Amino acid sequence: MTEGVIKPLDSPIQLPAPIYRDLRAIYTLWLRDIIRLWRDKVRLVGSLIQPVLFLFILGGGLKGRFSGGFSGGGNYQQFIFPGILAMSILFTASFAGIAVVWDREVGFLKEVLVAPLSRTAVVLGKVLGGSTNSLVQGLILFSLYPFFGIHLNPARFILAVMTMFVIGLAQTAMGIALSVRMSSSQGFMVLLNFIILPLYFLSGAMFPLNGLPKWLSLAVILDPVTYGVDLLRGILLGAHHFSLLVDILALGAFGSIMIFLAVRLFNMESPV
Amino acid sequence: MIRIENLKKEFVTPSGIRTAVKGLDLKVGTGEFFALLGPNGAGKTTTISILATILKPTSGSVRVDDLDVEKEPHLVRQKIGIIFQDPSLDDRLSALENMEFHGRLYGMSRNQRRERTEILLHMVDLWNRKDDLVRSFSGGMRRRLEIARGLMHYPRLLILDEPTIGLDPKTRRVIWEYVHQSRKKWGMTVFLTTHYLEEADSADRVGVMDEGSLVALDTPEKLKKMVGPEIVILQTDPHSLESVCQYLENTFGIRDFHSEAPGELTFPMPTGVESVINIVRSIPASIRSMTIRTPDLDDVFIQMTGKNMVLNQENASPFHRVYRGKL
Repeated sequence: MTEGVIKPLDSPIQLPAPIYRDLRAIYTLWLRDIIRLWRDKVRLVGSLIQPVLFLFILGGGLKGRFSGGFSGGGNYQQFIFPGILAMSILFTASFAGIAVVWDREVGFLKEVLVAPLSRTAVVLGKVLGGSTNSLVQGLILFSLYPFFGIHLNPARFILAVMTMFVIGLAQTAMGIALSVRMSSSQGFMVLLNFIILPLYFLSGAMFPLNGLPKWLSLAVILDPVTYGVDLLRGILLGAHHFSLLVDILALGAFGSIMIFLAVRLFNMESPV
Repeated sequence: MIRIENLKKEFVTPSGIRTAVKGLDLKVGTGEFFALLGPNGAGKTTTISILATILKPTSGSVRVDDLDVEKEPHLVRQKIGIIFQDPSLDDRLSALENMEFHGRLYGMSRNQRRERTEILLHMVDLWNRKDDLVRSFSGGMRRRLEIARGLMHYPRLLILDEPTIGLDPKTRRVIWEYVHQSRKKWGMTVFLTTHYLEEADSADRVGVMDEGSLVALDTPEKLKKMVGPEIVILQTDPHSLESVCQYLENTFGIRDFHSEAPGELTFPMPTGVESVINIVRSIPASIRSMTIRTPDLDDVFIQMTGKNMVLNQENASPFHRVYRGKL
């Protein structure tokens, strides 16, 4: 045993102010997610397969069938590109919720819950980690845009990245809010499919929003993901269904509500 | 260091409200080594979870270092190091990364983290595996890493919930040595729950908890004296066990019998009665053998709770339980 000399210490650790301490904790939680993402490169690549199949096979196959009918004058492949980007982010972001359930299952969540940081910091750290993760996946897919004849100036490029990040943020927060009461990751997967697939299909990612039956267009309006997809399409293709201001407000409201909800639920006593 | 007053904790379950802790009162002084014993389901882990600010009390007050666990959970958490009964490591990170993560969350500087990690990983003999992912660790190695991590931020109060389950005797000894060193170095208080009674034996005070409240609280020596000066173990014919019990109770007022094997009978000798030899000689049944020993904490436990600590564990054979039920 190589034991150095430790003075009889009362509190050797200089405690920073609560805000600074929470910021550090958020960074620490984020860092852990990034290390884990980097270590799990197989998952990173694997989760790109599905959106790529959608883009090239579904998009390529239907491109010739639906020609010219899309707002902005693009083809079907161009039309679904923003939708597929949103899909990729949606699914990856929801995984952050599974990660929380998984942490609970393996017991690591207890280590975080007894550490001196607020529950709010726990949620924000997880939300930032999860949305960074989904942004990385989204960016890999996004880098394919020149292949679809999409041209972007730097301003649009940056706006698109920001939109993707906000969609990820909102979805991660939703996943985490849903995870609070869940103790089995399998049960959580079922719940997620139940929620995410309808959100995705109703978002207009795969079809244009004009001329829909009344019940369907109502469902589309109620789906918060619709506005993220529409905003992304507006930025990438210059074609959008709602006004961009409506899109931005709806997306921002959805994100804020989800983060608020996740923080509230997490602050209640949760079974560990 | 710890002041628990009239603590109650209720859980809502599908079968109604279950009270896990019923009006617990307990004080533990700074630097004290306190051990809490109790059968499974006695409320030990619930009490610890409330101390560690994971659960909130239903009523009553809990203070750690004069801080209320409900009102100032962050400050309480900074002072506590906890080693859980179940694993709580990130197995996709390395041993070093797990330590780093902990040190950062507890506000330690880079130098402090580096220094503590090195000392503690050497202590638990994991320094040469520091860069390996925890996934590749055995159960005992994970346990050791958790103990190192719990001590990392110089906790004022170390909470150990069944900490040494699954550890070999050598590792247990090394860890206990370090825990006691830390108590001396920075006046750390230790709050332990354990099934290993010899670990509780070296505690300053022992509390026995049963069905949500304390049934005994004193130094190990005094608790053992309460049981009686001696414990007698008789080997007799399994069929006459019950009549022997009745005879001893009616004639000498001996109680608290229990049995751990067929035909075996264990009971504490009350003080101020006749000598053991005379009593045993007078039993109207054949006695094959007799053993006399001094009481240990297990005897205290049996007398206080009517339950056997050892039999409470998972490895108790069904036979033992059935047999005990008959007595």
